[in-house]
Amino acid sequence: MRLTCPLCGDRDRREFYYYGAEDYLHRPVEGAPLADWDNYLHLRDNPAGVVRDLWYHEAGCAQWLVVTRSTVTHEVSGVELVAERTVGRAK
Amino acid sequence: MRYSGLKVITEGLFGNKGWTPAWRDPAPKAEYDAIIIGGGGHGLATAFYLAKNHGLTNIAVLEKSHIGSGNIGRNTTIVRANYFLPGNSEFYSHSLKLWEQMESELNYNVMHSQRGLINLFHSDGQRDAFVRRGNAMINQGDDAILLDREGVREHLPYLDFEQTRFPIYGGLLHPRGGSARHDAVAWGYARGADQRGVDLIQNCEVTGIDIQGGKVVGVKTTRGAIRAKKVGIIVAGRSSQVAAMAGMRLPIESHVLQAFVTEGLKPVINHVVSFGMGHFYISQSDKGGLVFGGDLDFYASYASRGNLPMVEHVMEAGMTLMPMIGRAKVLRSWGGIMDMSPDGSPIIDKTHVDGLFIDCGWNYGGFKAVPASGWCMAHLMATGEPHEVARKLRLDRFATGHLLDEEGTGSQHNLH
Ligand SMILES: Cc1cc2nc3c(=O)[nH]c(=O)nc-3n(C[C@H](O)[C@H](O)[C@H](O)COP(=O)(O)OP(=O)(O)OC[C@H]3O[C@@H](n4cnc5c(N)ncnc54)[C@H](O)[C@@H]3O)c2cc1C
Ligand SMILES: [Zn+2]
Repeated sequence: MRLTCPLCGDRDRREFYYYGAEDYLHRPVEGAPLADWDNYLHLRDNPAGVVRDLWYHEAGCAQWLVVTRSTVTHEVSGVELVAERTVGRAK
Repeated sequence: MRYSGLKVITEGLFGNKGWTPAWRDPAPKAEYDAIIIGGGGHGLATAFYLAKNHGLTNIAVLEKSHIGSGNIGRNTTIVRANYFLPGNSEFYSHSLKLWEQMESELNYNVMHSQRGLINLFHSDGQRDAFVRRGNAMINQGDDAILLDREGVREHLPYLDFEQTRFPIYGGLLHPRGGSARHDAVAWGYARGADQRGVDLIQNCEVTGIDIQGGKVVGVKTTRGAIRAKKVGIIVAGRSSQVAAMAGMRLPIESHVLQAFVTEGLKPVINHVVSFGMGHFYISQSDKGGLVFGGDLDFYASYASRGNLPMVEHVMEAGMTLMPMIGRAKVLRSWGGIMDMSPDGSPIIDKTHVDGLFIDCGWNYGGFKAVPASGWCMAHLMATGEPHEVARKLRLDRFATGHLLDEEGTGSQHNLH
């Protein structure tokens, strides 16, 4: 698998660190109910299909990326910088 | 039909014409007392113990493909009871005891071989952690022996002890640890369940769970609707999809784990050896193939095949630890979908729906758990109460903070 980093271009998967689903972008505010933390840390849609997840370009530009890809075919359909993302912003 | 040595000999003398299928191929009935979704090791063992321990025989196991097509037929067969935390420790200890009686209980040769498991360590800190783990195992009534470097050398003379990156300081030997034949475990439980009247229904995918007034009333399948007041979801890597049919969102992320096997060789590796620092473990099957593997591919996936970086990493780690295997040819590699939980420990519990139960979160360690998982899930489904060794394997422990994080790596699913 390869990912096309918006800053560095087409790169080998080994340059990236995988964190998990984009749920990690929705960090609960301080004092939020425990159920929100459970959602944030543990519960996942975990689809067999298109997923949006977080990758870190560790051996490149050191930017966090949101990758849209299929968990069934491993086909990648989009990579955006977390810093500039248009969807999935924390409420 | 009972299997025995005498039976093998007489069948051999008469052209092996007398063997009959190990289980029936029934059509689904309209209603059962209980339905198990998933014909993997855990589903089959649950059905077996529901029938054997609780006298519930009007039950069906619904399997979307064929028996043994999932992880039960893809794993690297390590069986051990070397857990540390209360909650896991008593559960896996119970499981190992069930392994030790499995072949006579099932009248089936599962090739369970307690050849000893050696976990290597490479620093003083790691040694201290292994001493602590070994003591926890002994306190639980299981066995553990701390080996220094020379002690390891006696068992595993072929390792590269002086490798520059991770010189070997010693190992923790778990003499009752070992391996078994994975398919045989599925087949043995399938046959045992069938003999007690359980219907094993293959090529029957569950596509919906029918719930009325907060109670489960049955399932929808590709072979029609089937009614039941008790339903168990036991589908390993597919847990999130099936639970979603009942409106649940699980603390599970699915990841692929690869494994490899070489051509058959003469006996050379007599133990199960694990090299945690390099992410590598190995044993030799009774057919002679070296069976080995490493870590997850690290990103969520439902593709039952892996990616090349992990292949390379596993081969490198193997070569670092035991350069002699470099001349063996790899025959096959494959992947299985792991139901990774955020603390690395499993779940056997009720759900918010009356009569609906779930058994999942086995990560990459669910083979050794097959008998105890079946035993405890059957207990839960039959009595409505958790079995005493599975009391801590709760679904709500993530919300309440009672995690069982054996490795202390935090809540990231792929780190366990
Ligand atoms: C490469 C690899 C190495 C491993 N090594 C070890 C090891 O050394 N030791 C160890 O203890 N564990 C190991 N494991 C883990 C172990 O194999 C699993 O934890 C365990 O097998 C999972 O439980 P199961 O047998 O019930 O799963 P499975 O065999 O996967 O059973 C689940 C079944 O559910 C069925 N199913 C899914 N969805 C539906 C549906 N909608 N309707 C009907 N049926 C459905 C599937 O077809 C499947 O047959 C390993 C796994 C892999 C992949
Ligand atoms: Zn980059």
